[in-house]
Amino acid sequence: MNFLSSLISGLSLGSVYAIIALGYTMVYGISKMLNFAHGDVIMIGAYVSFIMSMHLGMNGWLALLVAMFVCTCLGVLIERLAYRPLRGTGSLAVLITAIGVSYFLQNMALLIWGANPRIFTSLFNGMAPIHAAGGQLNISAESIFTIAANIIIMIVLTLFVNKTKAGKAMRAVSEDNGAAQLMGINVNQSISLTFAIGSGLAAVAGVLMCSAYPVLIPTTGAMPGIKAFTAAVFGGIGSIPGAMIGGLILGIIEIFSRAYISTELADAIVFGCLIVVLLVRPTGLLGKKVHEKV
Amino acid sequence: MGSVLTVKNINVYYGAIHALKGISLDVNRGEIVTLIGANGAGKSTTLHTISGLLRSKTGDIEFLESSIAHVPAHKIVAMGISHVPEGRRIFQGLTVEENLQMGAFVTKKDRIAHNLEYVYEQFPRLKERTSQIAGTLSGGEQQMLAMGRALMSDPELLMLDEPSMGLAPILVDQIFDIIVNLNKAGTTILLVEQNAQMALSVADRAYVIETGRITLSGTGEELSKSEEVKKAYLGG
Repeated sequence: MNFLSSLISGLSLGSVYAIIALGYTMVYGISKMLNFAHGDVIMIGAYVSFIMSMHLGMNGWLALLVAMFVCTCLGVLIERLAYRPLRGTGSLAVLITAIGVSYFLQNMALLIWGANPRIFTSLFNGMAPIHAAGGQLNISAESIFTIAANIIIMIVLTLFVNKTKAGKAMRAVSEDNGAAQLMGINVNQSISLTFAIGSGLAAVAGVLMCSAYPVLIPTTGAMPGIKAFTAAVFGGIGSIPGAMIGGLILGIIEIFSRAYISTELADAIVFGCLIVVLLVRPTGLLGKKVHEKV
Repeated sequence: MGSVLTVKNINVYYGAIHALKGISLDVNRGEIVTLIGANGAGKSTTLHTISGLLRSKTGDIEFLESSIAHVPAHKIVAMGISHVPEGRRIFQGLTVEENLQMGAFVTKKDRIAHNLEYVYEQFPRLKERTSQIAGTLSGGEQQMLAMGRALMSDPELLMLDEPSMGLAPILVDQIFDIIVNLNKAGTTILLVEQNAQMALSVADRAYVIETGRITLSGTGEELSKSEEVKKAYLGG
């Protein structure tokens, strides 16, 4: 039973990573940049939701919607103000800017909300866990909702990207920005949309994560951000199913390492696995090698 | 026979490199105009500037009597210029049909089905492969897809950049037949080619471009008889 409950915790944590990893992978796919501020958007989402529900007495689900709205706007704004002016100047400038935005958001949170940890109230507060296997296995409402949210997000996003005009345009821009412009696709709009989706999902991930791990401080988003980035690379950066698989595998490895090997070594094991995967498959599990036909 | 496209004195730079040095040309309705010249002469740069991916520091570009020199690339397509870039640049990971849908990105909904039918009529091969991933097509099929994709927006002016590149001679003939057919069906064509002989044989008029300047112009027939052109581009 220990094994099963670890597996479920792993899937739940992995689902959070997967939802965050989507933001990294979609943004990378379309603008070939690593948005290192993505982790901090999660933190902002969690704070907004916290303030809305605790200080303004808003219903938790409504607070989540507000957080999604705020993060969506924040993501679009960050792209517009910090990244767009640098487009075409080389990846190093954008990378360093992204790290700068990350520190900016952390310090802004520090200034607004202070350094004292806030204890986040779970979105699923009061919902009873499910007892299975004759009471030996308890599955928390947080786990169930997180895993379900991940599945729903993946399905909706896959449909969006494959079936809608805007989604196909995003894929076209990801493949060839210039050719996409020659089709009449507004590349700026496509990139803004990608940041909007990724950042909105970051708010969802923030609330789900803080529902399970309730300590909220201005650097709350940093470590999950890095791990989710790892998950995106693990699964093959640029690939949406890759982000899902990478996230889940990472979450499971982390929880199992904690449960069976060592809590201290868990992160080292996670990153060790990344290195091994990249040695064998440099493009990640589902990453595509770009080959051109002349 | 009004003028569709007028390029007036454009100067384009890549950083410090002065790539186009005062290029002027015009294309009239119903014509096939070709731009020939050596590698690196500025042919592709000219097309990129017309379609808005590059900007000129001087001069103007007029399309159907309105200036497009400062219109963003994605809006120029909607005005009626379709550009098939060098190397085809189809969306490799998308299916044939999705590529064609992208070509119809700015096309009015009620025209899409009609245009798709027209493209499939011109390129029956594509119809057999609608759900195939475009990256798995052969070179010739990819060229057809790139041209079909460009036709999905119902262009007034079709700009083709090296459509014969990397194709077997029999496919080159086929592609040129299609170009002539499209033109007969009413599409004005601006063709960039290294295969000067082929290009001049179908062109109404031609421009020779050398290191960023137009050095010669005339009808296709005149230029194919010109000693200079023969020596430099026709291997004789």
